[in-house]
Amino acid sequence: MLTNKAIARGAYEAGVAVLSAYPGTPSTEIAENFVQHEGVYAEWAPNEKVAVEVAIGAAVAGARSMACMKHVGLNVAADPLFTVAYTGINGGLVIVVADDPGMHSSQNEQDSRFYARSAHIPMLEPSDALEAKEFVKLAYEISEKFDTPVLLRETTRVAHSHGLVELCERKEVGVRPYEKSAAKYVMMPANAIKRHVVVEARDKAVAEYMNGLEINRAEYTSENEIGVVCSGVVYEYVKEALPNANVFKVGGVHPVPVPAIFAFAKKVSKLYVIEELEPFIEDTLKAAGLDCIGKELFSLQGEISVLTIKEKFGLDATVEQPTQVPARPPVMCAGCPHRGVFYVLNKLKLTVNGDIGCYTLGAVPPLAAVDTCVCMGASVGMAHGFKKATNGASKNVAVIGDSTFLHSGVTGLINAVYNQSGITLMILDNSTTGMTGHQQHPATGKNLKGEPAPVVLLDELCKACGVKDLQIVDAYDVKAVEKAVKAAIASEEVSVIIAQRPCALLDKSPKPKMTVDGCKNCGVCMKLGCPAISRTKNGIQIDTMQCTGCGVCANVCAFNALKLVKEGK
Amino acid sequence: MMNILIAGVGGQGTLLASRVLGKYAMLCDKDCKLSEIHGMSQRGGSVVTHVRIGDKIHSPVIWEGGADMIIAFEALEAARVKHYLKKDGILLVNDEKILPMPCITGAANYPDDVKERLVAAVEKTYFVNAQAWAVEAGSGKATNIVMMGALCRLFGFDKEVMKQAVAACVPAKFAELNLKAFELGYERV
Repeated sequence: MLTNKAIARGAYEAGVAVLSAYPGTPSTEIAENFVQHEGVYAEWAPNEKVAVEVAIGAAVAGARSMACMKHVGLNVAADPLFTVAYTGINGGLVIVVADDPGMHSSQNEQDSRFYARSAHIPMLEPSDALEAKEFVKLAYEISEKFDTPVLLRETTRVAHSHGLVELCERKEVGVRPYEKSAAKYVMMPANAIKRHVVVEARDKAVAEYMNGLEINRAEYTSENEIGVVCSGVVYEYVKEALPNANVFKVGGVHPVPVPAIFAFAKKVSKLYVIEELEPFIEDTLKAAGLDCIGKELFSLQGEISVLTIKEKFGLDATVEQPTQVPARPPVMCAGCPHRGVFYVLNKLKLTVNGDIGCYTLGAVPPLAAVDTCVCMGASVGMAHGFKKATNGASKNVAVIGDSTFLHSGVTGLINAVYNQSGITLMILDNSTTGMTGHQQHPATGKNLKGEPAPVVLLDELCKACGVKDLQIVDAYDVKAVEKAVKAAIASEEVSVIIAQRPCALLDKSPKPKMTVDGCKNCGVCMKLGCPAISRTKNGIQIDTMQCTGCGVCANVCAFNALKLVKEGK
Repeated sequence: MMNILIAGVGGQGTLLASRVLGKYAMLCDKDCKLSEIHGMSQRGGSVVTHVRIGDKIHSPVIWEGGADMIIAFEALEAARVKHYLKKDGILLVNDEKILPMPCITGAANYPDDVKERLVAAVEKTYFVNAQAWAVEAGSGKATNIVMMGALCRLFGFDKEVMKQAVAACVPAKFAELNLKAFELGYERV
């Protein structure tokens, strides 16, 4: 079972009634699997902050609840996170956060464990699918025992690995009665000051309790051998790479079980801490006065592997050098509706403030159109900043997807209208959350279960924000896109262009295919970076297995050499 | 202990292949861990899936020099991960060439001799026309299952159990097609 599915199963077995999440690799499958269970409620929220607020509301109302997100999503949700630590809960509350060391699908590799420490929230970290399911259940016990939210951290290699899991029955826990208590749930200064005292006392009690839990345990293998402190997937690597080492497995990464590790340290020849990303456990131990070796050996960057551990400990780790071969970076799919848009933006030599989604790939050659990409929604605010910095002279365009616009782009648009920067915003509306694997959102007309849902109309939403100059174009119609962009750039007021076309991967109907006749080999269509087009000495070739017949290449061909042929003709 | 690395291009069905092997391990009552990567790299980029089967598995990830077999869905991808193979390991390659974007745009060249170099470097190299055989079975999309058939024979896996695993992992209406693809891979490798 996939670990994310095991987390969903653990939540189900723990009696969780409400789950709210926003898709983000590598966390997405938790919500998708949880909703498959009978008798539970789960939803896609427009962003992680809303998801956590929904989960807090459900928990305070008395139900066991969960919110799930990737590491950067926890930044978005940090506001409610820090204060729910003060209010505490009623029904159990667990927030799952998935870190991405190595940045397989992320814009940074921040370490979420620091949120646990600074927000005063206990954090558990499982090593595989089997543990993940059990840790979820333990997290709810801790949550309700100590009246605290609990964070469950996983990393990509745990989230997206499969392991054997044994299923248990669901434990119905019901909904605890809600009792009004302004002193506990209304966090204004007079109340919050008193709650902060509670938080500090709770920290100590939680630390003492978790220090003695089985999830924090010493595994002695040999006397006079080294001892390694580790957690998460690194524990599995250590067991593989250093079979003779004594191991302290940290299952509760915050609070770090310092007393238990002190006892472990006394029984080993030398103490090491092996952890991915930041020296979180190591610094805690060193601050407590325990001598150990950690980041002197291991990098802050990327993932650790069985081989790097062997190498650092002087074991045989010689392998042949990797063969030098051309890189294969990710590309937009054949038929992707974003392709023509970036072709136009590149052709018009505009500065493009990009955003998070498949369309970040507009930065990759040959399109190479995107200038900036920082975080969800940043395109709109940054475009406004570009305009203000240049007194309106900057020829820049913000490009954002439909799901990302609803996540946090709309606030940037309100700012641009209110503070009159005259930005051009392109919403690439492919009717789905593409990069994470096609999740529904408030503008798709379906909910997480795939049932019909009310539709937030993007054009009406923009108008309600005060946008007067709004155009809707077909993303495949390159000439119309170019015309719309030119008009929007020329306009002094805030302009929005909604480029519509569903994601090419969603449309499974038989497609017309492109044929080539009379190619002059000018190379213009090669600038599209379509994986279905390749060039030979005699002109271009179309890979009919990949071609979806989107017609964008025909739209840019000056010699009419590309034509669509219907299936069967 | 059996470590199998599956390499391919995003969209080629490497994930399904790993699920079949996971199912096989379960049917054989073995411990098993799979590791896969979702998200950005799936969009036509290089993808690698790790499958580990044994009595007790710790790491879900295979290390360089630790794979008993590499199943590559594309020749260049085989070359990219070749250093993961053990000295006497088996290299099973789908004889297909998919140009990466830097080669399409002319920024890099697809090496012409990739196949010859693999054959020269790895004694147990098997090239199969999995894509063509899958088309023969009824759909090019069954390429991954053809590869499973070939793997089954090369590794001496229990054929009937593997067929059960295949049937359990594909949609019921495509089961027959996929089992045919499996047989072709098994017979012709």
